[in-house]
This record gives sequence, structure tokens and C-alpha cells, in this order.
Amino acid sequence: MAAIDTPASRPLTMTRIRPGRILAWTVLFIGGVLMITPILFMFSTSLKTAGQIYDLRLIPQSPTLANYVKVLTEGQFLRWFLNSAFVAICVTLSNVFFDSLVGYTLAKFRFRGRQLVFIAILSTLMIPTEMLVIPWYIMSANLGWLDSYWGIMFPGMMTAFGTFLMKQFFETVPDDFIEAARMDGLNEFTIWWRIAMPLVTPALSALAIFTFLGNWTAFFWPLISTTSKELYTLPVGLTSFAVEQAIQWEMIMTGAAIATIPTLIVFLVLQRYIVRGVMLAGLKG
Amino acid sequence: MATFELRKLVKTYGRTPVIHGIDLFIPDGEFVVFVGPSGCGKSTTLRMIAGLEEVSGGEIRIGDRVVNEVDPKERNLAMVFQNYAIYPHMTVRQNIAFGLYTSRLSGAEKARKVEAAAALLGLTPLLDRRPSALSGGQRQRVAIGRAMVREPAGFLFDEPLSNLDAQLRAQMRIEIKDLHRRLGTTIAYVTHDQVEAMTMADRIVVMKDGHILQAAPPMEIYDNPADVFTARFIGTPSMNIIPAQSDAGVLSPAEGKAALLAGIRPHDLTIGAEVVDPALVLAGKVTAVEPLGPETLVHFEAAGQHIIATAPAHGQIAVGSRVTASAGRGRVHLFDGATERALGRQ
Ligand SMILES: Nc1ncnc2c1ncn2[C@@H]1O[C@H](COP(=O)(O)OP(=O)(O)O)[C@@H](O)[C@H]1O
Ligand SMILES: [Mg+2]
Repeated sequence: MAAIDTPASRPLTMTRIRPGRILAWTVLFIGGVLMITPILFMFSTSLKTAGQIYDLRLIPQSPTLANYVKVLTEGQFLRWFLNSAFVAICVTLSNVFFDSLVGYTLAKFRFRGRQLVFIAILSTLMIPTEMLVIPWYIMSANLGWLDSYWGIMFPGMMTAFGTFLMKQFFETVPDDFIEAARMDGLNEFTIWWRIAMPLVTPALSALAIFTFLGNWTAFFWPLISTTSKELYTLPVGLTSFAVEQAIQWEMIMTGAAIATIPTLIVFLVLQRYIVRGVMLAGLKG
Repeated sequence: MATFELRKLVKTYGRTPVIHGIDLFIPDGEFVVFVGPSGCGKSTTLRMIAGLEEVSGGEIRIGDRVVNEVDPKERNLAMVFQNYAIYPHMTVRQNIAFGLYTSRLSGAEKARKVEAAAALLGLTPLLDRRPSALSGGQRQRVAIGRAMVREPAGFLFDEPLSNLDAQLRAQMRIEIKDLHRRLGTTIAYVTHDQVEAMTMADRIVVMKDGHILQAAPPMEIYDNPADVFTARFIGTPSMNIIPAQSDAGVLSPAEGKAALLAGIRPHDLTIGAEVVDPALVLAGKVTAVEPLGPETLVHFEAAGQHIIATAPAHGQIAVGSRVTASAGRGRVHLFDGATERALGRQ
């Protein structure tokens, strides 16, 4: 097929392989439109006045930033935003630290019961969150964690998925690096922190992105575990625009639009670390 | 500065023994090369000395201290790995400085030592590069720099040159040997390459299947190999081994299983040169001719064996012709046909 793409044979390819391509592009295009339309409408609606929101044109007739001013100055939106940021950042840092600590241990140390521990961790992946919410709630109630930051965060401080992901990545770190560091006199914790962790930055970035996004948008558990408005996270807070004085779509959309900003930042900052092949450079070429 | 001593050292993986109770004393400042075929237990032995592998039995002493239970970092040894294992996320400078991780020197003092090590290894212009921007030879030099900057009691090398091309390997052999001469530190060096062993070692330790067959200076091993395996392993091309019998001091090739094995190095088995009173004469049909320049290797079949002999450079020997090769007195190594142990020379 490679020869077909040379300029000289272009006319032929038009009829030969385009059907497949066209199909692929069409599917991708439709998928893209489906994904991006709600986002465009979100931004569009956030620029409309309350009276215009059912006027479904994409470009608002008289765009205004009034909604933004209102969302940011009235009510507790900023507080919710900071709550979400605090929760998502804490949980992300905790996952990056503990998931990789456990993943590294499972990948690089041989000890009795290692496989058993690993299987036990993996098996928790099979339990759906819905089933866990009630035990979490009862546990929080008994321990007095309801309606607190810790109560929102504790179920996600470590995840089986993150541990699994990190274990798989640490297994690709050659033992030679670890042994070289041992010879250089580092203790095991420092070897993990100074040598192994920098070698898996792509995985750490991916884990951080997933965890941050997951917690930034988390709705169900924060809703259940909090009662005071001061502790609402952004998604929970946004729904209060809907329940109190009818549904204020323009306010919800404005809040949601602001809420996307940190996710974009996190993604843009971290994705450049997701580059392959860092690790091999220290070994034979 | 340190001496190493292995006493009845044993290693088993699960139930599989891989090192069978070896004894060895390495005096201070000696350059010892462990050599043997792949899988014979060289790395395992070295890694036990390093402390990276647990000892299953026996003792390892560094100086007069038993180190079986001592952590690698407490042993004050530095190791260079086959794959270099320099940290890819650090610059050359940081990599070398990592060798000083545990030292209590001031920052300035450390920097000075790093610079000195880099200068010694010709790495000064590369100090701020990352490993990905270095060639194989440069990476290995960084690994050596990281090892030497700490001024350890001993160096351990595990096949450090086997990933380099032939030319670079020859150059690095000389560099490492020169480094040893200047630093005078004890070195235990593992390789499967007998040329490396011959050219670098003060003493060669020949290993096979978890046993030490012979530990002696290179020329001693070359001249008086302790058994057939060592005789064939050291020296290229390998020593010819033929079943032989001895009648009243006269050697002749034997058929089938013989009480004796005669070993003759190709270099000592000559074609076309006059040998007075030869110890052994072999005749056969030439199967291959390899001119090397200064001399020519002649392969032929004799006594049912494949034999390699040498002929003068410009001798005209054709494949298929018959040749007679002879070895002078004192050039034939005799081995016991059953145990393959050396019995002396004839
Ligand atoms: N971690 C291990 N588990 C089981 N067997 C091993 C392990 N490491 C090495 N071996 C075995 O021990 C023997 C010696 O290995 P090694 O010391 O690496 O040989 P060499 O370095 O001489 O090539 C080999 O047969 C190898 O298969
Ligand atoms: Mg080895």
C-alpha cells in the first residue's frame, strides 16, 4: 500500500482506497461533532441572558459576560471551586504517592504473599462504586467524617486502578538502575523516590490526569457525604442552581464553563510529560 | 583498599544450586577476572560480593570482616553494570555526583571530585549532557566515573564492555587497565571473553557450572591449564584435543576412548617447519585454510578429530591436500582421559 501514496499514483488512489478513508473520516467527524457540540453550547449559553437560552443558535445574539460576573461574585461559587480544587489536588497527590509506593513494592520486591496482596487489590476493582457508597456512608457516620473534607476524600485516597497501573509501569524499570542506586548507597525509599519515580513520569502524569479529572467532576459521593453548603464541591454546587429557583441554565453553563478551565490546565501541563522512551537512554543504546 | 575472600561460598536459587562452594582469596589491589561460559555463575558470584544477592552458604569477607549480612551500601564497593545503568533523567555531572550520594563532603568538595573524575575519563566537555546524547562508550565511561568518584574499597565490573563494538572494546580494555594501575584499587571483573581476561587480569579465575576450575595469572593458565575445559577456553583458536596413547614415552593418536588426551595449541602444531624430535606428529586431509596475515591456520582431519594447525604465511596449501603437522617436545599437554585433569606436558 505504501507505493500507492506516491504523488505519481495519486489519481488511482482516489478510487481505490478512499472509500475506507472516507468512512473513517466520516465516523471520526461525527464523533468529533457529537463531542464538541455540547461544549460549544455550554460556552454559548453561558454568554446568553436568561431570556435567550431557549433560542438555540450557537452564536448568541447579544453576548454578555454578565453571567460570569454574577456567578463569580454572588453566592458561594468561588468557595465551591476552591473546595473542588482542594479535594482534587489532595486526592491526586495522595494517589500519585501511595499508588506508586505500593505499585513499586509489588513490582520490585519479592516477599511472601506478594501475589495474594496484588490479587486482593485487583479484586476490589470488581466491586461497583454504587455498592460501596452505603458502607462508606456508615463508616463515615461512625467515625464522624460526614460533612468534612476528609469525608469527601477518603474513599479515593488510594485506588486499585492506580496501584495496578503503577505496578505495571514499575515492572518496566530495569533492575540495573535500582541495583546501581543500591550500590551508590541510597536507601530503598530514596531509590524509589529519586530513581524509580522519575523513570515513570509518563505513567505518573497519566495517573495524575485521570485522578484529577475524576475527582474534579465527582458528583455522587460528595453530594451524599456533605450537607453544609460551604463544603460543596463544584459539581454539587452547580446543581443548586437547578433546585432552588427553577433551573438557571445560563448559570449552570457559566459555572460549568469555568469548571473546565482547571481540567484544561492540568491536561496541558501534564501531557507533555507523557513522552515515551525516557527510560531506555541510560541503558545500552 | 580491601582484600576479598570467598570461603565455601554457595548459592542456590530455590533448590537449584548454581554456585557449589567456591574458595578464593583476592589480595589488596589485585585485578581479578572471572571468566567462563554464559550461565556458569560469574555474575551471581560478583553480585554476592556486591551484596545484591543473598549468600546461601559459606562466607564472604571484605578485609577481615564477614559481610554476608551487610547491606551493599555498607560494603563500600562500586559496581559497573553491563548495561551501564546510568540514570537517564540526570546529566553526566549529576550521574557521577550520585556516586558521592552518601559522602559527607561539602558541595564544593564534591564538585571538585566530580570534575576530577570527569577529567580523568575525558568526560569534561560532556558534563552537562544527558545519557541519551552520549555514545555507548561515553555512557560506560560515565558509569565508571560514578563508580570511581567515591574512591571505593573495590570495584566490581560485570561484563562492562560486552555492549561495545570491537574497536571501542579494545580501547576500553586499555583504559580500564590503566585506571587500575593509577588507582591501585582491588578489582573483580566478570567477562565471558577470554581475550579480555588474558589482556587485563593479574589473575584469571576460570569458572564452569558453579565451580572454579583454576585461578592463576594469565600466562600460567595459558601455559599450564589445569584441565581440558580451561585449556580449550583460554587461547584462540582453541587448543586441539585428541585421544592419545603413550608407549614407552612415545605419543600417538588413539582410536575411541583413550586413557590419555593430548592437547596441542594450534600455534604449537606447525606445518612445513622443521621440528627436530617431535613429540607428536599428525597427518590428515585439509578441510579449510584461513590466512591471517602473519601465519595461516590450516584445518584438517586427523585421528577422527578436527585439528587446527599453523603454517607459514605464504605456504601454498590447498584444501583437499594431505598435510603433516608436528609439535615439538614440551608442547603437548597431557590430560587424564577420564577426569580431564592435567597430567603435565610432553
Ligand atoms: N534469579 C535467578 N533465579 C534462578 N536462577 C538464576 C537466577 N539468576 C541466575 N540464575 C541461574 O544461575 C546460573 C548462573 O547465572 P549467572 O551468574 O548470571 O551466570 P553468568 O553471569 O556466568 O552468565 C544460571 O544457570 C542462571 O540460569
Ligand atoms: Mg552474567
